[in-house]
Amino acid sequence: MKTFSKELRERFPKQVLTVEESVSGQVTVLLNSSDATVITRHFLTERQARLVTVFAEDRVKAEGVFYNYYVFDQLGDPSWVILKAPISQDHPSFPSLAAELPSVNWQEREIQDWFGLEAAGHPNPRRVALHDNWPDVHPLRKDFPLDTVLPAFEGERHVYRPTLGEGVFQIPVGPVHAGIIEPGHFNFAVAGEPILYLQLRMFYTHKGTEKLFENLPIPRAVFLAESISGDSAFSHGAAFCQAIERAAEIEVPQRAQFMRAILLELERIANHIGDAGAIANDVGFVIANAHAGRVRELVLGLNETLTGSRVLRGMVAIGGVRRDWQRDQIEAIEKTLAVVEREFRDLTAILQSSNSTRERLERTGILRPEKAAMLGVVGVAGRASGVDLDVRRDHPYEAYRHLPFRVPVYQAGDVRHRLQVRIDEVGESLQIIRAAVAQLPEGSHRAPQQPIPPGRCALSAVEGWRGEIVHWVRTGEDNRLERCKVKDPSINNWPAIVETMEGNIVADFPVINKSFNLSYSGTDR
Amino acid sequence: MFKILQKTFSVGTATVDYPSIAPRLAEQFRGCPEFDFAAWSDARPAANACPTGAIAVCDRDGVRQVTVDYGRCIFCGECAEASLDGAVRMTQRFELAATDRRDLVLFAEYTLHPDGSHAELQSATSGPGAEIPGKRIAAAIHNLLGRSLSIRQVDAGSCNGCEQEIVALNNPVHDIERFGIHFVASPRHADMLLVTGPVTRNMELALRKTWAATPDPKVVVAVGACGISGGIFGTNYASLGGVDAAIPVDVYIPGCPPRPEALLHGILLALGQVRQRMSSHPRG
Repeated sequence: MKTFSKELRERFPKQVLTVEESVSGQVTVLLNSSDATVITRHFLTERQARLVTVFAEDRVKAEGVFYNYYVFDQLGDPSWVILKAPISQDHPSFPSLAAELPSVNWQEREIQDWFGLEAAGHPNPRRVALHDNWPDVHPLRKDFPLDTVLPAFEGERHVYRPTLGEGVFQIPVGPVHAGIIEPGHFNFAVAGEPILYLQLRMFYTHKGTEKLFENLPIPRAVFLAESISGDSAFSHGAAFCQAIERAAEIEVPQRAQFMRAILLELERIANHIGDAGAIANDVGFVIANAHAGRVRELVLGLNETLTGSRVLRGMVAIGGVRRDWQRDQIEAIEKTLAVVEREFRDLTAILQSSNSTRERLERTGILRPEKAAMLGVVGVAGRASGVDLDVRRDHPYEAYRHLPFRVPVYQAGDVRHRLQVRIDEVGESLQIIRAAVAQLPEGSHRAPQQPIPPGRCALSAVEGWRGEIVHWVRTGEDNRLERCKVKDPSINNWPAIVETMEGNIVADFPVINKSFNLSYSGTDR
Repeated sequence: MFKILQKTFSVGTATVDYPSIAPRLAEQFRGCPEFDFAAWSDARPAANACPTGAIAVCDRDGVRQVTVDYGRCIFCGECAEASLDGAVRMTQRFELAATDRRDLVLFAEYTLHPDGSHAELQSATSGPGAEIPGKRIAAAIHNLLGRSLSIRQVDAGSCNGCEQEIVALNNPVHDIERFGIHFVASPRHADMLLVTGPVTRNMELALRKTWAATPDPKVVVAVGACGISGGIFGTNYASLGGVDAAIPVDVYIPGCPPRPEALLHGILLALGQVRQRMSSHPRG
């Protein structure tokens, strides 16, 4: 890593102020704010790096400035690079990258909404996180109290691009949907059956999560992390704990690392099986969904045996896991997985046996690899469109460096291949769990609890079942947090759904949407 | 086609017989905590450990009032672990649905030692009673099968945890349709709104409109700690708290998320409310 920081200093002697490497696997580079764009371009073009996330922090009270952070992932390098650019109070503005880098479109607008920092030059600088009827507030500024009571909302909620022309119509859908899913608004412009374009409105479930993190003692905040996105409770919980552990240099016992990996994979298996059924259901293949629902229950039952909760809540903890496993619990893993494997194989055969189902899934909702890369799409949706990323392999954490697995990648980018990635990954996850059980070390399941030192920053990433989950924390006094940034993979992937609409018909929207199965709550926080 | 039939026949019946037969729970399953108020030597460690503020202490003039709110509880077990005297114990109880919000709240009052530990229990309310035991509900349902119940689910800001378990109600294992209960796509077709929370500022209007679009007589069921009280999110600049901050609620189902049987228990409890309202407010 020394060579990297030396290289960067030599290349940008004036721009790079300090390079800090106190947390292993993370390099934080302090810049002048005006230099962020030139160095970002250097990372994107010359280093083939990917901009993972951009977020801000209010340090006005402590240091007299705001900061913007740009997190990069460099191909073939397990370290994260974090550029840190101060933004002065007197000139609360930063240069927007969205025009050349569409993947930061929403994230830069979030910074505008939360912090009141202007993304100068943004091609579409409208509000994204706070709806249009919100008063002029910036909730993540430190001088905005969590329990601020805002006046009742009124006025226009959101103005959509008009749909004009003979025979062209608008179909507004949501936020309350027909199925049992989360709320969001989809505005389709259609000409007959084909969709011309789709406009999305999210953030209906915004519930002040990042602000709330700054107001809870860290041990309690673990439970908040579990409620960021309920289908990824363990992944978000683990990502959060890992960030704290890195910041406080807490060594997680080997046994706990393996236990976490097993539970992360169980979360993946349960969700992938559920999605396989739901995708079939959305093209009218109900019987496949019935079998999937039944097989998923087997996994949820195992979750309950291992954690006391069907959805893996209340298990992950700072320093490890809350409860150790007895022999009979460990034996239940293989016993259940043997049945799940057999049943899932039958389910896959059923899914593939139906020509009419295949017809509906193939060439539906295509996300082309070049678009996926441009939009920074991650996870299952990315891997179905040629984006070969997996945090478990690229930035190994927990026990993953000891657990071999294959990362399935396809180029076709249609619904069929987003389903195929899931089918392949269930198989891989079964093998990961078996390998982890076979190697499960003896010893403690949790590091001794200790107060968390203030003023430490750390980033953590976990490959949730949906994709790359990133948490970044700055610890504060009294076992509390100054800041917790949460990035769910959904925030990258929602704009990609819009791109898949072209040439598709309204009737295929549900299955296209389901094949991404993005988290509204994880997006909205 | 043959393969599909073969598979389906080989599986046989997957559906469980809840509520007639108690569900098979893993030994490790955590239901709600139980409090032995008389034996409780100090409520403060549990209150400090509780992530949602479900356990609260208020000391005044040498007297401590302890409040336990199952409507905020996420069944995490931190209180039991923090209370070294064994007075707080995790149980496997999950049938906690109540028609009265107050029934989910317990109170105890203690005089205190100088060090702040409990001297003597002055008064306490007993634990929450399941409003209708499972078997009686089953009988009530059989009497009601002449009609069916249509539910519209509304996510008013949830994390999607409760939705996962509501979806599970529709799988062949829990199969809610065996009671003639089904989920419908529009509030205009619904007898019941099954609402998860917390109610966000951005969803309040949509929730109110959905409620207004549901024909009378209707019942509203608030699901989960967040739907009842705002849960870990509570009330803040973006969250109004529980569902009853926006629309009237008839039944509250605790849990985080409530397991499918707990949801079913609450829905069946609410069905009794529908029946009452049907007789006093006939439709058509």
